Amino acid sequence: MMTVDLAAQSVRDLNKALHECKENITEKEWVVTNPKGNHNIAVGLDAEISVDIHGHAGYFCAGMNKTANVTVHGNVGQGVAENMMSGVVRVKGDASQAAGATAQGGLLVIEGNAGARCGISMKGVDIVVKGSIGHMSCFMGQSGSLVVCGDAGEALGDSLYEVHIYVKGSVKSLGADCIEKDMRSEHIAELKGLLEKAGVDENPLDFKRYGSARQLYTFKVDNASAY
Amino acid sequence: MSNDTNNNPSLKESATFDRATMAEIRRAANTGIYDIRGFGAKRKVPHFDDLLFLGASMSRYPLEGYRETCNTSVVLGDRFAKKPIKLDIPVTIAGMSFGALSANAKEALGRGASMVGTSTTTGDGGMTPEERGQSSKLVYQYLPSRYGMNPDDLRKADAIEVVLGQGAKPGGGGMLLGQKITDRVAQMRNLPKGIDQRSACRHPDWTGPDDLAIKIQELREITDWEVPIYIKVGATRTYYDVKLAVKAGADVIVVDGMQGGTAATQDVFIEHVGIPTMAAIPQAVQALQEMGMHRKVQLIVSGGIRNGADVAKCMALGADAVAIGTAALVALGCNDPKWDDEFKKIGSAAGYYDDYQEGKDPAGISTQDPELMKRLDPVDAGRRLANYLRVLTLEAQTLARACGKNDLRNLEPEDLVALTVESAAMARVPLAGTSWIPGQKF
Repeated sequence: MMTVDLAAQSVRDLNKALHECKENITEKEWVVTNPKGNHNIAVGLDAEISVDIHGHAGYFCAGMNKTANVTVHGNVGQGVAENMMSGVVRVKGDASQAAGATAQGGLLVIEGNAGARCGISMKGVDIVVKGSIGHMSCFMGQSGSLVVCGDAGEALGDSLYEVHIYVKGSVKSLGADCIEKDMRSEHIAELKGLLEKAGVDENPLDFKRYGSARQLYTFKVDNASAY
Repeated sequence: MSNDTNNNPSLKESATFDRATMAEIRRAANTGIYDIRGFGAKRKVPHFDDLLFLGASMSRYPLEGYRETCNTSVVLGDRFAKKPIKLDIPVTIAGMSFGALSANAKEALGRGASMVGTSTTTGDGGMTPEERGQSSKLVYQYLPSRYGMNPDDLRKADAIEVVLGQGAKPGGGGMLLGQKITDRVAQMRNLPKGIDQRSACRHPDWTGPDDLAIKIQELREITDWEVPIYIKVGATRTYYDVKLAVKAGADVIVVDGMQGGTAATQDVFIEHVGIPTMAAIPQAVQALQEMGMHRKVQLIVSGGIRNGADVAKCMALGADAVAIGTAALVALGCNDPKWDDEFKKIGSAAGYYDDYQEGKDPAGISTQDPELMKRLDPVDAGRRLANYLRVLTLEAQTLARACGKNDLRNLEPEDLVALTVESAAMARVPLAGTSWIPGQKF
């Protein structure tokens, strides 16, 4: 196990060392101490390694992650796992806004709450939030799944494309073109799998499903009031 | 106009409600949606034609054409990047997306740019292997939509351009209509085939210049600080935008004026938002100079560049390089008269075609139709683009030598005068024959 103390080394030093794992994995388990809210910790990883960050991280932690398994034992700032391609990012605490923004694959688990715009423009990632999420979450979400065990804020799924949204708690309001949909057997199976992957003990039958009404996919003048 | 109308001299067309205006009102009444089109602004705005060079006579000493060298190379992004970009000519190819353009057109742009030692740029929708393969220097656009955004491609790029705005539509997102969404385009963008695709007008994971500074640091971290980071803005509040872009850490700033083209957006956007390219440059240069960053953070200017005179004038006003989009497409064969019959079949004419969003481009450029695409030979089109780029450079050199300059970047505002009060005020050069710059002291 390799330990990098950010009180003694820079984020640049850390990222450089983690990037070098793509060519030559000398150590599969990395521990980062004293992150102290630094931005851009463990971004652009592309190796089958695990990185445990002990403390709070700033913006874009684990951004564009690919194949790595990153765990933050604390809270994270804006844009955690933004544009993640694959791998797993787990936040033990809370996440600020734009968690998993535009992420294209992999699994993002937030064990606390997430702020506004969680999963904004997500493009294939699966996001599981044990707590609640803020307003405008999944705005323009394209594909993947968003699971919320708590409540969702205003305008959930506004201008949604094909993301599957599952919410256990209340939804303050739905965004344009987002509607509640039937929970069919395939959705229960999908949700069960996601909860298991995320290590979250919840009953899929307690959730409601939301998705796109597909009325705004192409312009229709009759929908002008929705734009 | 019909013959009857022509033969009746008492008929007078309204300047306010001319035939084009009335046709648009009828179209709007019929469809209930604004006009969407491609190309750039068609209205006449103050442009580089309103400026003239002061060739050398007695008080300046000219250089000999073709005999005395005039440097055209420029290094972009040497502020922080380990590998700045060196261009042999100061004319680059602006970002245009695969999706909006055919794969053959993208390949041709790469071929043409590479032949003359300059860069080309991706666009909304990601990087294609053809484009990377044919472009010796490729700038990867990092756009609000993040369609096709991939860290592997990011690391393959020679520079990254964070796009905040576009001259044709500052504040607006993209519109790729469903008819152009083929299987390949849909797959690249993670969207169902055949539906309208809106590219977001703002980045999803940062909301202001302080956030942008952190985002730029993230991009640097991911690419190990190797490649330059550009910031592209549509020309509007250029002075402030440039200052904030420098503060956020940009290596290069791209300012795109209102004459810049686009694949598809609302006509009202193209014609009524932004400021002319010529007016934006002095604002950008002033901002850089006040920060002590002129020539340290390089300035690329785009939006309606057509010839070597435009190139030289941009550089005289303080740009380090220019980017071309629409002109590059014309060089490839966009709106070529040889397809006039086919343009007419779809209700347009060669030279007027701007319905790029329909995907029916007879020239095979702004289309995803495999049969139409075949009409554009990427090798031949690339050669045409290279020729055009050479002409732009030779013309700019000619003007620079006439002004006594052995480097295009030695051109300066003192080499210019303006033909109109408006252009003098915007470009901040004297009205021809006077020492008067409107808004400044004598």
